Amino acid sequence: MNVTQTDNEVSRLRWQCRRGMLELDALLGDFVEQHYMQLDEHEKEVFKEVLSFPDQLLFDYFFGNGKSIDKDVNNVIERIRYAVTPEA
Amino acid sequence: MNIAKRKFDVLVIGAGGGGLRSSLQLSQAEAKVAVVSKVFPTRSHTVAAQGGMNAALANVSPDNWHWHMFDTVKGSDYLGDQDAIEYMCRAASHLVYELEHQGVPFSRLENGKIYQRPFGGQSQNFGGEQAARTCAAADRTGHAILHSLYQQNIRAKTHFFDEFFAIDLIRADDGMILGALVLEIETGEPLIIEAKTTLLATGGVGQLFRTNTNARINTGDGLGMALRAGIPLEDMEFFQFHPTGIAGRGMLITEGARGEGGFLVNKDGERFMERYAPHAKDLASRDVVSRAISTEVREGRGCGENSDHVMLKLDHLGKEVLAKRLPGISSMVKTFLGIDPAEQSIPVFPTAHYTMGGIPTNKVGQVVVPVEQGEESVQGLYAVGECACVSVHGANRLGGNSLLDIVVFGRAAGNHIIDFLKDNRYHRPLEEQGLDMAMERLARWDKKGQGETVANIKYELQSIMEEYCGVFRTQDVLDKGLEKVLEIEQRMADVRLQDHSKTFNTARIEALELENLVDLAIATVASAAKRHESRGAHSRIDYPDRDDARWLKHSLYYKKENHIEYKPVRLKAMTVDTFPPKERVY
Repeated sequence: MNVTQTDNEVSRLRWQCRRGMLELDALLGDFVEQHYMQLDEHEKEVFKEVLSFPDQLLFDYFFGNGKSIDKDVNNVIERIRYAVTPEA
Repeated sequence: MNIAKRKFDVLVIGAGGGGLRSSLQLSQAEAKVAVVSKVFPTRSHTVAAQGGMNAALANVSPDNWHWHMFDTVKGSDYLGDQDAIEYMCRAASHLVYELEHQGVPFSRLENGKIYQRPFGGQSQNFGGEQAARTCAAADRTGHAILHSLYQQNIRAKTHFFDEFFAIDLIRADDGMILGALVLEIETGEPLIIEAKTTLLATGGVGQLFRTNTNARINTGDGLGMALRAGIPLEDMEFFQFHPTGIAGRGMLITEGARGEGGFLVNKDGERFMERYAPHAKDLASRDVVSRAISTEVREGRGCGENSDHVMLKLDHLGKEVLAKRLPGISSMVKTFLGIDPAEQSIPVFPTAHYTMGGIPTNKVGQVVVPVEQGEESVQGLYAVGECACVSVHGANRLGGNSLLDIVVFGRAAGNHIIDFLKDNRYHRPLEEQGLDMAMERLARWDKKGQGETVANIKYELQSIMEEYCGVFRTQDVLDKGLEKVLEIEQRMADVRLQDHSKTFNTARIEALELENLVDLAIATVASAAKRHESRGAHSRIDYPDRDDARWLKHSLYYKKENHIEYKPVRLKAMTVDTFPPKERVY
């Protein structure tokens, strides 16, 4: 993948991280800017799948009791949370 | 000019609950409807409305629409238009049942009826005992409504333009609105959408303030478009703040945290609410607590390196209580601050939440502008939801009334447009000059070279709004604020984009959003500086009382010369007696 394709991909994802809830904007938006490129190819695919989930489901995964049955999804969710959470 | 064109009967801009309720009504009547949304429709901000929707179903406590109307008028601090409020409260029950039939899974009582929860500001018998009026689908009412409406729209064959950004309305010389110029975000190509009627449903403008609870998409695009089309904005000085947002981030910490025994302290560890509200203390009303926090910070008793927030203490409640009663908050605070509220206090500051003002409309959603002694509708233009000011919320919105507002007036506008279409069967020919403004707006961002950045200007603007037009307002503070936002407006000419690519150029979209924010910041501060009284969410330290003799009127801000004029509040209801202004005591 050349540089332009990568830029386009990140731009597209950046817009898909614009959500209906501030909390998700902050998690997904900041993650895609700063950490997405460090994911391996499989994780990138899972991240894109995560972006297709409804906002309320994502909110439950991040802040409620919800958990996906797919462990790859849970890993990416935890990775996003870990990346965005500041050190105490 | 060689720009692609599409023709529809109706163009709806915005795909939240208001836009989708209108488009559904229209598509079901077999109108050809286009919905333009800058994000995928189910990612609209309606999804964040967790509380519920008010309707006097009387399933839990005795209730009727007239009591609901009284509470809404009182909650609005008597600035709400009573005809529109009567219309909304009368329609509420029917619309809850209709939503249920459309697939919204409202929570149930044991007897099978729709569950209703009590919310602040709800009373029985005109100010008596607490009423339980809010219908909820668990804690995801907005989500349920939005998804049901979206699915119903797909079924009704509404045409969606997902990820298209609306640049400007297309206006004929005589003022009639003929559609809009929109931009496909993926390709960067403009598109003309011609329509016999256009409906704005673009939501509020929480992004005006640095600390806010709103999704990043809430940049008031429809309000900006209306202003540029010469339409005034009504009551922009009224912005609802929630007292406890995570400082600097904005996320809401619900009142429930203080309800469970949490309290606020300043840098000296003082429980300062005891000074401001000796009786109710930390559970005083939202505006009182917000002002108290702001005053503590202004007087140098704020916490942290920049003394710019206070602390919400929950650690004394213990891990178990927090885990059981406030699990969402613990998880959110851990995620965004990296601290555990069972061990450390949470830094909080008032957070901007809801835009009461907006595009002036009547109760069928037509955009209206003043003419001589009265007002007339702008031909071909409607607005509903948070971007509109109908005005049912007046100076202060009650919890549970915003979801109601969007479905009631979304449907009403849809019905009115259906009638309009019967009498207006053909598109008016498009005048090319009607497009000039929109094309110029777009071309402006092709300028190359060095200059200021969108991100910096946006941050400065939000910080200015927070400091000079937040909950602490005096003439001096507001005048300085106006000067500063006007300076920002000047500096916008020097902003340049570094990315001029076509495909998914989100930098360009953010620049276009920023232009809207700057216009709306000026509208908000200018309107606030002129209103010399305290009413609802607009609280002036130098004019602490409501002044009905001089200020029982709506403000109308025009972009041209920042002119402000006023129009009377519609005190006359549709069928019942007026609720005359009284002191607002809870």
